[in-house]
Amino acid sequence: MKLQFVFALLAATAALIVTPVTYAADITGAGATFPYPIYAKWADAYKKQTGVRMNYQSIGSGGGIKQIKAKTVDFWASDKPLTREELEVNGLTQFPTVLGGVVPVVNIDGVKQGQIRLTGAVLADIFLGKIKRWNDPAIADLNAGIDLPASNITVVHRADGSGTTFLFTDYLSKVSPEWKDKVGADASVAWPVGTGGKGNEGVANFVKQIKNSIGYVEAAYVKQSKMNYVQLQNHDGLYVIPAEDGFKAAAANTQWDKAPGFYEILTNKPGQNSWPITGATFILMHKSQVNPTQALAVLKFFEWAYANGDEMALELDYIPLPDSVVKLIEDSWGANIKGKDGKAILSVKH
Amino acid sequence: MSKIHFAAKLKRQLLFDWIFHKVTWFFTFVVFALLAALIGSLIIGSMPAIKAFGFDFLFSADWNPVTEKFGALVPIVGTLITSIIALSIGIPVSFGIALFLTELSPPWLRRPLGTAIELLAGIPSIIYGMWGLFVFAPLFAQYVQPWLQNTLGQIPGISFLFEGSFMGIGMLTAGIILAIMVIPFIAAVMRDVFEIVPPMLKESAYAFGATTWEVIWYVVLPYTKIGVVGAIMLGLGRALGETMAVTFVIGNAHQLHASLFMPGNSIASALANEFTEADGELYTSALIELGLILFFITFVVLAFSKILLVQLKKREGTVT
Repeated sequence: MKLQFVFALLAATAALIVTPVTYAADITGAGATFPYPIYAKWADAYKKQTGVRMNYQSIGSGGGIKQIKAKTVDFWASDKPLTREELEVNGLTQFPTVLGGVVPVVNIDGVKQGQIRLTGAVLADIFLGKIKRWNDPAIADLNAGIDLPASNITVVHRADGSGTTFLFTDYLSKVSPEWKDKVGADASVAWPVGTGGKGNEGVANFVKQIKNSIGYVEAAYVKQSKMNYVQLQNHDGLYVIPAEDGFKAAAANTQWDKAPGFYEILTNKPGQNSWPITGATFILMHKSQVNPTQALAVLKFFEWAYANGDEMALELDYIPLPDSVVKLIEDSWGANIKGKDGKAILSVKH
Repeated sequence: MSKIHFAAKLKRQLLFDWIFHKVTWFFTFVVFALLAALIGSLIIGSMPAIKAFGFDFLFSADWNPVTEKFGALVPIVGTLITSIIALSIGIPVSFGIALFLTELSPPWLRRPLGTAIELLAGIPSIIYGMWGLFVFAPLFAQYVQPWLQNTLGQIPGISFLFEGSFMGIGMLTAGIILAIMVIPFIAAVMRDVFEIVPPMLKESAYAFGATTWEVIWYVVLPYTKIGVVGAIMLGLGRALGETMAVTFVIGNAHQLHASLFMPGNSIASALANEFTEADGELYTSALIELGLILFFITFVVLAFSKILLVQLKKREGTVT
């Protein structure tokens, strides 16, 4: 009895230590949380069609870059593109997959959906804590005829690092020199004022619960949680609402062919309809691939997604890339992603 | 024949004993190895931040990922303040609960009440966080915060603690949610230790004409002080390290405010929020150093409680 017990214990310990882990030749990726829903949806559909499984771990950009450096994953996803220098240092190449927008949302008594108009500079001053009340002349001047309360503004921002914050702060840096100087643009910044919510849900909840607050969320959340968005003045000086057309216009008014390494942040783009806080999410891969079959499987997956995934993206409120951009991306694969022998892994014929 | 059989049996049993001894020794050693590995990796991980900021890290309120300037003051203060709030609400309430359950409650109520408290202790912390954010915070903002500002907020000297607008979230909310979370732990352990007081001792005191309060203060508490301190430390340990529930309601802002109504940050929630998207060596390293500091705080608290217990034991028989 006792003997059996001891051996059972030993066997259990041994099993814990030496359980072999084997996986089939699936594609694995890791990184940003923002594109997780669409990558998961594409992966599901792709598996049904081809039998190849794509396993995406939304562990965040920080963990993703460690994994791609260690080569434990085949690709890394990030909402913040790397600059050309960063790409070269790490031997990486990047390409965008889908677009999304960031939308300032408010909760002010008596103010209806899309009623408030703001300029980028005023938005920056609110988040800097310089404009403290809703009836401040700077806001009132833009919103003649709307009865704004004399209440304090509560600013809500993301508590966790996020691509959403990167786009938002990048936009504020572009429209406000003071923001650029004092705060800057990054996935998480030192906020001068405000309260932090965890994730888009967290920010959306705080804005809903706290009267006279303003925050910013991913466009998809505005729809899902029926929040009051604001109209923003875009680069051309027109007030626009956050809608599919606006995000598409921003992408269309971007000269991707002139952006080396697709380093493009789609904030404050020209165009009459362009929504000023738009951005793409990116995939990063090693330029020189040790395992060409694996890299080919990844590229095949994204080739398939560009060709067949637009509908699915729109269902989840992501905006697919224009076809011209997809063509540029697929051409870049041929030029950048190569096996050890120097041959392109996949050359897409158009 | 039987002698040989007996010798063989003895030998086998000795072997089992030996194996069993080694296995238990190994399991215990694993704990120490894990502890050493944890401390080691925390120290190695935080080296870049320690080199870059030195001791200033502990006293700087900066937290700027853009310029890579980090300081731990805000999360340290937030962790300590929320835990202090939690214990100063939690200890008296738990004490009352445990006393009621062991001394005052009618016998038919003891079992259901005790089970209810144990159930509360078993609820995952994220449930408390969600409840705190969706249910507690709005009610707190609407009714409790204005009331606090009109009463305690009018007392000179402490009025600064209750300044600001009523958001429902912030340091005070986090402290109260933590108190609700630690009460079942402290109360359950206190009840268990109060129950082991021999009835003879209590009845002797009652026979001398002691009141219920006197019995509790002069008999039950001295007899169970080690258990009571242990219960409080268990609660404090949970309060210091609690992550999800605090993250939901503390407001997650790296700012120092005197007012308890304002948002703050705790070490555990800063880690939960920022670790995934922390890019850059220094940022990650600063977060790991935060973890090391939390480890250190927990260690100091444990050590302090042990010393306290030793002191209490020394005084035994002289004061009580």
